Amino acid sequence: MDRRKSLKALMVGTVSAGALLEACKTSDKKGAEAKAAADLSAGNLDRMKEEVAHYKQITANKFFTEHEMATITILGDIIIPRDEISGSASDAKVPDFIEFIVKEKEEHQVPMRGGLRWLDLQCLNRYEKTFRECSQQQQIAMVDEIAYPEKAKPELKAGVAFFSLMRNLTASGFYTSEIGVKDIGYMGNKPNQWNGVPDDVLKQYNLAYTEKELKECISFTA
Amino acid sequence: MGDFQIKKQSKKYDAIIVGSGAGGGMAAYTLANAGLKVCLIEAGPMFDPQKNVTQLKNPWDSPRRGASTRFRPFGDFDACYWGWEVDGEPYTHAPGTEWDWFRARMIGGRTNHWGRISLRFGPRDFKRRSIDGLGDDWPIGYEDVKPYYDKVDQLIGVFGTNEGLENDPDGHFLPPPKPRLHELMIKKAGTASGIPVIPSRLSILTKKINNERGQCFFCSQCGRSCQVYADFSSSSVLVKPAIATGNVDVVVNAMAREVLTNNDGLATGVSYVDKTDMNEYQVYGRTVILAASACESARLLLNSKSQRFPNGLANSSNVVGKYLHDSTGADMGGVIPALFDRKRYNEDGVGGMHVYTPWWLDNKKLDFPRGYHIEYGGGFGMPLYGFSWGIENLNGKHAVKGQAKPAGGYGKSLKEDYRYFYGAHVGMAGRGEAIAFESNYCEIDPDVVDQFGIPVLRFNVKWSDHEIKQAKHMKETFAEILHNMGAISVWGNDDGPENNYGLHTPGKIIHEAGTVRMGSDPKKSALNKFSQAHDVKNLFCVDGGQFVSQADKNITWTILALSMRASEYIIDEMKKQNL
Repeated sequence: MDRRKSLKALMVGTVSAGALLEACKTSDKKGAEAKAAADLSAGNLDRMKEEVAHYKQITANKFFTEHEMATITILGDIIIPRDEISGSASDAKVPDFIEFIVKEKEEHQVPMRGGLRWLDLQCLNRYEKTFRECSQQQQIAMVDEIAYPEKAKPELKAGVAFFSLMRNLTASGFYTSEIGVKDIGYMGNKPNQWNGVPDDVLKQYNLAYTEKELKECISFTA
Repeated sequence: MGDFQIKKQSKKYDAIIVGSGAGGGMAAYTLANAGLKVCLIEAGPMFDPQKNVTQLKNPWDSPRRGASTRFRPFGDFDACYWGWEVDGEPYTHAPGTEWDWFRARMIGGRTNHWGRISLRFGPRDFKRRSIDGLGDDWPIGYEDVKPYYDKVDQLIGVFGTNEGLENDPDGHFLPPPKPRLHELMIKKAGTASGIPVIPSRLSILTKKINNERGQCFFCSQCGRSCQVYADFSSSSVLVKPAIATGNVDVVVNAMAREVLTNNDGLATGVSYVDKTDMNEYQVYGRTVILAASACESARLLLNSKSQRFPNGLANSSNVVGKYLHDSTGADMGGVIPALFDRKRYNEDGVGGMHVYTPWWLDNKKLDFPRGYHIEYGGGFGMPLYGFSWGIENLNGKHAVKGQAKPAGGYGKSLKEDYRYFYGAHVGMAGRGEAIAFESNYCEIDPDVVDQFGIPVLRFNVKWSDHEIKQAKHMKETFAEILHNMGAISVWGNDDGPENNYGLHTPGKIIHEAGTVRMGSDPKKSALNKFSQAHDVKNLFCVDGGQFVSQADKNITWTILALSMRASEYIIDEMKKQNL
């Protein structure tokens, strides 16, 4: 049973919610694979024709050079590395997202391009190599100087601003990917029945529904 | 231009309706069900949430991960086409004034994405001048509109609770959803300060009400418009069943240019440009009903000039375009340390808040007139573009799992921080009543036309001290609630007189109203109490334009009630051969 059919079932109301939730679980995986291959500009999401034209226009050209993309990939994986819970930024294709979003949001173009250049020049002065050519140790030493806004030296503030932007864009790309959504533990976006805060959570926070709420609010039996 | 010509429709309708949102959709639904022949003109394309789907998509289905664009200012998954900017359709401002004009272009208009906050006006909301001497009283009272609120509640469906509040009247409510965790905390915090927090009133079907529409399945995505029609969108709930009667011809992508009139001074129809073939068309009807949005309806009237109506149609009073006002709005947000490192579960709920605060204070003890209600947000939202943006401002201030860390950072430690802070955010938004002033208006800019050659609107709106003081009060209230719940404000907490205490630009709350207002005196109003033009008896306006004042209640439910009321009046007048 695919999601569309399960929604139809909801509409006519002939299927119990339990069966519906089961149906969605089994279909989700296949759906995700099919979606990954879909043309995002048209079809998978409802789009106006003006939006399709806009998408085609901004994706017609590359913004970052290969060198810049390689640097973004290294930085992204320093910010979000693989750990025991989930994969890395590059596992979640964050560099591709950054390439797209910087084309889309032009206000990021100069800070990103200029920031990458700033980083390379710092590394050239220190190590006679660009950031990507530096050893891992050198890269981390450099990052340590710009990753902590309140500890960074005043003369490195431009690098701090760049790294904060890079951190924010990396988080946006990672936690909106399938890997990242699973990591952060967002459990919604599926048909279900809201029955209130789970009992153990209510207890944890020393809260309870009032009799009035229990009487008036919609509730569902599992 | 050799083949440039105006194509005239031979069919004559009972009603030509311009606009398919709450007002136009309700008029089409009511008239078509009474057997009248209706032509519904819409400036945007066809839209059906069952076919035009963004609901239940994942964040990665959007290449921009839900970020906003000028096409969708509320984000890439939002159902509404266009917003404060529409390509080829500019508007201008008088120097030193502000107005952000939101325009939806689609069947159903902005109802496809709205907050579904469905509040009745109360008895006092129709008679504000009598109370505080500002603005004007409506020519009707709550008792005139109540039967229509009752019918709208039952036709469309709204959840809520009967609280017996005098100015927030009871209705026919479906059961509300239980409060979420942060909402229980807000309720406790508000109650401690005497601020009521009660179940919200949203037009979302927590129970099935008919066979055409499904029941809410709690995905929190009403802003994307519901595939099973469990929320109120004019497209699915009014226009679709109106079309099913067989009595409605819908003309989409049709930008209305002018209301046509004859030598008797009656409206005869509407001329429009078809955006797909760029040809000019005219359609004719016994009545013309404007529901293009407060400002578009005013623009249409002001652009419908003739020898007989030299300053625009239905405008002998000169009030068309005047008394333009939006809700006030100011916001604040923070984090609840008690919610750091929370247990995960699905708390999507309905699309919007499960509790809200109706206006609760007495203006006699305050330095501003009118009131505001408070909307609340927070919890485990779907991660989208901007997720945990600025974590460097958060992770240095709060120890993570007992460990103090320097702000910023990277690596495994940073991933731990993102997990730790997720779901601990809380936000509040005040939405209040502005005074409708004659000096706040839109008019035709004589120098500028849009891409169809239609003269555009020039706005001239300024906030008064009343609204600014209201915003200041909102901020004080938000700070108090946040403090009571042990939350720490993160944004919206550094406003002052230099930025009007964070009061949003007029137009930003998208509740524009007042430009074609009703009244008993034809010298001071464009419409009578049945939304009928004083000057042109077969011309009506059933959108936000007709409002004398707009309370601190989102105006959609009242637009629906007044449109239904005007439509029944039209049916009645036609039976009596008066139209």
